[in-house]
Amino acid sequence: MRFHFKTSYDQDIRLFPDWWNFSLYALLLVLLLVMPWLIDDFYLGEMTNVLIWAVAGLGLMILTGQTGLVSLGHSAFMALGCYLTVNFMDTGMPFLLAFVLAGVVTGVVGAIVAIPALKLHGVYLSIFTLALAILADDIIVILDHWTGGVNGIYAPEIWIFGFEINRWAMPASWYYLALGTALFVTLIYRNLLRAPLGRAFAAVRDSEISAQAMGVDVARTKTLAFGFSCAFAGMGGALMGLFAGAFNNETFNFLLAIQLLMMIIIGGLGFIHGAFLGAIVIAFLPQLLAIGTDTLGINSVPGLETGVFGMILIAFILFEPMGLYGRWLKIRTWLELFPFARRDMFRRQKTYLKTERLR
Amino acid sequence: MSLLTLENVTLKFGGVTAVNNLSMSVNEGEVFALVGPNGAGKSTVFNMISRFYTPVRGSIAFDGHDLLKRKPSQVPSLGIARTFQNIELFERATVLQNLLVGRHRHRKTTLVEEMFFIGRTREQERQHRHAVEEVIDFLDLQAYRDKMIAGLPYGVRKVVELARALATKPRLLLLDEPASGLSVEETQDMRWWIDDIRRQMGITVLMVEHDMGLVSKVCDRVLALADGAKLAEGSPAEVQAHPAVIEAYLGTAAISKTANAKGERV
Repeated sequence: MRFHFKTSYDQDIRLFPDWWNFSLYALLLVLLLVMPWLIDDFYLGEMTNVLIWAVAGLGLMILTGQTGLVSLGHSAFMALGCYLTVNFMDTGMPFLLAFVLAGVVTGVVGAIVAIPALKLHGVYLSIFTLALAILADDIIVILDHWTGGVNGIYAPEIWIFGFEINRWAMPASWYYLALGTALFVTLIYRNLLRAPLGRAFAAVRDSEISAQAMGVDVARTKTLAFGFSCAFAGMGGALMGLFAGAFNNETFNFLLAIQLLMMIIIGGLGFIHGAFLGAIVIAFLPQLLAIGTDTLGINSVPGLETGVFGMILIAFILFEPMGLYGRWLKIRTWLELFPFARRDMFRRQKTYLKTERLR
Repeated sequence: MSLLTLENVTLKFGGVTAVNNLSMSVNEGEVFALVGPNGAGKSTVFNMISRFYTPVRGSIAFDGHDLLKRKPSQVPSLGIARTFQNIELFERATVLQNLLVGRHRHRKTTLVEEMFFIGRTREQERQHRHAVEEVIDFLDLQAYRDKMIAGLPYGVRKVVELARALATKPRLLLLDEPASGLSVEETQDMRWWIDDIRRQMGITVLMVEHDMGLVSKVCDRVLALADGAKLAEGSPAEVQAHPAVIEAYLGTAAISKTANAKGERV
């Protein structure tokens, strides 16, 4: 058993509570940095994919996991981020600037879109965002001057300070780009969580009425949640499109948004780790299935991937609503308390009656 | 000096008049209670002060500010904090995080500062934490600091809600049935805390409470409501002995009986 003695408030404020925790994450970072020397190019590409999904997943997580607003339309913002990046680059902007600017613009657009959605709750908001995703598909086709329409566009060459980021010639370069973006987004996410805004997100999620009674401006908080969420999703979308090499309206159809939502639920809603764990599942599942069908000597079955993914989701909702990270937390607590863990420790308590919602 | 003033306030829900031409004023530094049968409009008065409801007529003023010009989220910044009848805590957060939300109105950082955790953010977090720890000490919540609300018993949640309201450092505290659902010991604690909140912290308290034992021990003045209108106002003893109050609670036949058994509680 490890005891965590707190001697100063800073231990709860800084990024890592203690040396042990810091060393673990430092070790993980080192491992991620030397990854290109540890695995072959194919799996490095898959790792890049994981990180890209994680960036987009963190975007949806801030909205759905932290603020409690379920969006089925994040594919629209991923598309926006991607097309903006390419169009900014066409004007001669360097990639890094175009990429970050596209993220910011997508965030602003997301915040503006949020304004009519502020009064919507639960399933109505989901339907609204789903409509956005379907609409985005058509808009991409209509605006073919900028988007290439159904023919799509090929990803332009990417240069960062004189280095070419090329998936085929130098897979590690793409990997580091994705890793850098994931770290950047995670850092901002983590900073928000330990600042007043992150607590306001949680307050809006759990009780809008008492959030207001504590001085939290619900409309502003939701708008900001949408803004950050869409900005991250836009950056994830940009990486996803550029990494794929070519993309059109089909790349960003609404199934992508649903996949993203399923991913963060499997990973664990409301946890940064959840976005990463979910991304690992979503990126490696097709490989795992391919290996499985190969060893069984059967031809690949169409729709197998979606079917298995759906079943995994159902299993999680039924047996582990807190997702992979929630399961890990339970295992970790069990190990830390060994042999004193009790069976019912994580049984959920009945929630008490809530004040009428004044809606 | 009057801190909170309601003048001729009327609120209607469709055809139902929830609050009818109510005037009251709460003085700075006193403990004031609203009593009355269920559905009398007590919590509705609270919800109007918190600005969740807007009266159709009348005015509400707090320390010279017109409350009706404020949005609900702007009310706490004037120094009004409240608790809820059915406990409205942030369930999937720890006690500490709940209390820190109470500090929301005191934040001074900008969005960019919070995003990158630069500038005043860190120092502000330390100050918030310090203020919250004072409340935790005051209400003996040390053991629950890092516990999730979802796993806490009812009595503790009640205290956490009081703590969250105190963390806002209010001038006026609205307590909606602070003793409902509490055991005898917990009610006793609540009584001492309300006394201390008034004496040590100098906070004015307006509360809705059914437990007349608690009301008569901690309150300076009581206002009895029935069907949204004022029945009686005065010291706890005066209000309890008032014929209209007895009638509202027990019916007309009770008046003559209580007249004989003077001094007994209604």
